[in-house]
Amino acid sequence: MIDWRLNLRAVIGRAYPRIIGSFREPSWLFFDIFLPLLGIAAFAFYYQALGAPPVFIGFVILGGAMTAYWLNVLWSMAAQFYWEKEVGNLQLYLMAPMSRMSVLAGMALGGIFFTSVRALSTLTLGILIFGIEIKIVSPGSLLIVFFLTLFALYGMGMMFSSLYLLYGRGIWHLSSVFQEPIYFVSGFYFPVKALGFWTALLASIVPITLGLDAMRQLIFAGQETMGFLPVNLEIIILVFLTVAFIYGARVALNFMENLGKKEGRLTLRWQ
Amino acid sequence: MAVNEHLRTIRWAAWLGWQMESNWTNPFLFIIYSIIKPITATLILVFMYLIILKSVNADPVLFSYMFIGNAFYMYVAQVLFGITWVVHEDREHYQTLKQIYIAPINFSVYLVGRGISKIIITTAAVIVTLAFGILVLGLPVNLWRIDWLALVVAMILGLFCICTIGIALAGISLLTARHGAGINEGVAGVFYLFCGVIFPITFLPPWGQTVALFIPITYWLELLRRAMMPETVSISGLGGYSTQEMAVLLLVSILLFLFLSLIILRYADFLARKKGKLDMTTAY
Repeated sequence: MIDWRLNLRAVIGRAYPRIIGSFREPSWLFFDIFLPLLGIAAFAFYYQALGAPPVFIGFVILGGAMTAYWLNVLWSMAAQFYWEKEVGNLQLYLMAPMSRMSVLAGMALGGIFFTSVRALSTLTLGILIFGIEIKIVSPGSLLIVFFLTLFALYGMGMMFSSLYLLYGRGIWHLSSVFQEPIYFVSGFYFPVKALGFWTALLASIVPITLGLDAMRQLIFAGQETMGFLPVNLEIIILVFLTVAFIYGARVALNFMENLGKKEGRLTLRWQ
Repeated sequence: MAVNEHLRTIRWAAWLGWQMESNWTNPFLFIIYSIIKPITATLILVFMYLIILKSVNADPVLFSYMFIGNAFYMYVAQVLFGITWVVHEDREHYQTLKQIYIAPINFSVYLVGRGISKIIITTAAVIVTLAFGILVLGLPVNLWRIDWLALVVAMILGLFCICTIGIALAGISLLTARHGAGINEGVAGVFYLFCGVIFPITFLPPWGQTVALFIPITYWLELLRRAMMPETVSISGLGGYSTQEMAVLLLVSILLFLFLSLIILRYADFLARKKGKLDMTTAY
């Protein structure tokens, strides 16, 4: 029988260090708030150099803000069990009586909290600095899209985390490989529609592709023609992706944990 | 003889770096990591360009400016931050920094050696990216018109410059706990924004242009562009400087950074020893 109270405590327990940790060192806030703006500003000036309409700078700022979540999913969700293994925590997780999914959920919850600080500050400062005009079509839909995107994205992160469980140091390269290529195919800095229908459809496996596309359509009114799919359809697909990834994470976690126990790789460090 | 010892340090540090980068990774993954990653990063800029201007021929000079700058910026992103990350990696991840410290080698030379493996990998990525640009995207660079001598001189100066800045950042990393990624991201952002990597510095506000003129990477990228496609000088905002003047400026700034870097590393080394930070682990 599932002990919900224990699992809830595990969720809170795993989320706690991420939330508290983000306030522990004030200088991290500086790094999280101001430094991402530099790279985004470079892309904004690039669009200006190309003579792009101002709304494209808005696209860049929104995409730049959302990179925080993708980076968090890659490095602090997917690769997290690898880090835990390296510092010797993984065996403690596995010995503890709660569900591993609770640990992953706590990791996601904490990650969403501290990443949102970075994403929201980047978005706000970017819009203010570059004087971007935003016209929100439907605040309700925007909130639904945003949270669905996060649920689906972190569900994907949970699945990756399970699959990465037994990886060695190659994980570093694997996560790096998923960084820029996903920025490109998911259209972080330009409408994904420009890549063509089939590429955009394939890229939609990464939930942030559809999430970003829908958010652009909802935040910058009048730019619907640049959207890849209608927002309502994107919401339905995001719901499907959320369920699929969380279920996939559960299956993968069980499989990889059993494999790790059989092969004795769960406590192997520096491999 | 000291020079021989330094050369030996560089050789083995480079070998170690290469082994860490390549041999411990699946070869297929390593190739993707080394080639696909930089190409897709470049494709982001290419698509941004194509969405607005539709065709490379719409403004080939601006396209070349962006493409060449972005391709060579990979050295900054990989080599500079690779050197900085060595401290973090050796100290916290593999916990071998103390062994390196008690070995009879010069630490800054070891850092440069580790940077060389990054230079080799990045060179492959830069060549692939430029070839992709010329062959697939129609980057209007004529191989027969390239000033190879200027290109080689600029490359040597630039890589030396990058290594010296890397040594300074590595020195700072000796004293910081978990700021390695933040320092790298911050400096990367500053260079990417102010050095005219993907857009001419004339698009920056006046104070930004002043900042650009104080960073040697600005001159390095400009020298490389002039060697590969002299037409870009018309939009760079640095047309007032002759190539020789810029080479001198780059050389002077390299010497300045070398001096500063060695001071920073020496002082950081002193403090790190005094405060017992050389074997610090902070659960990266």
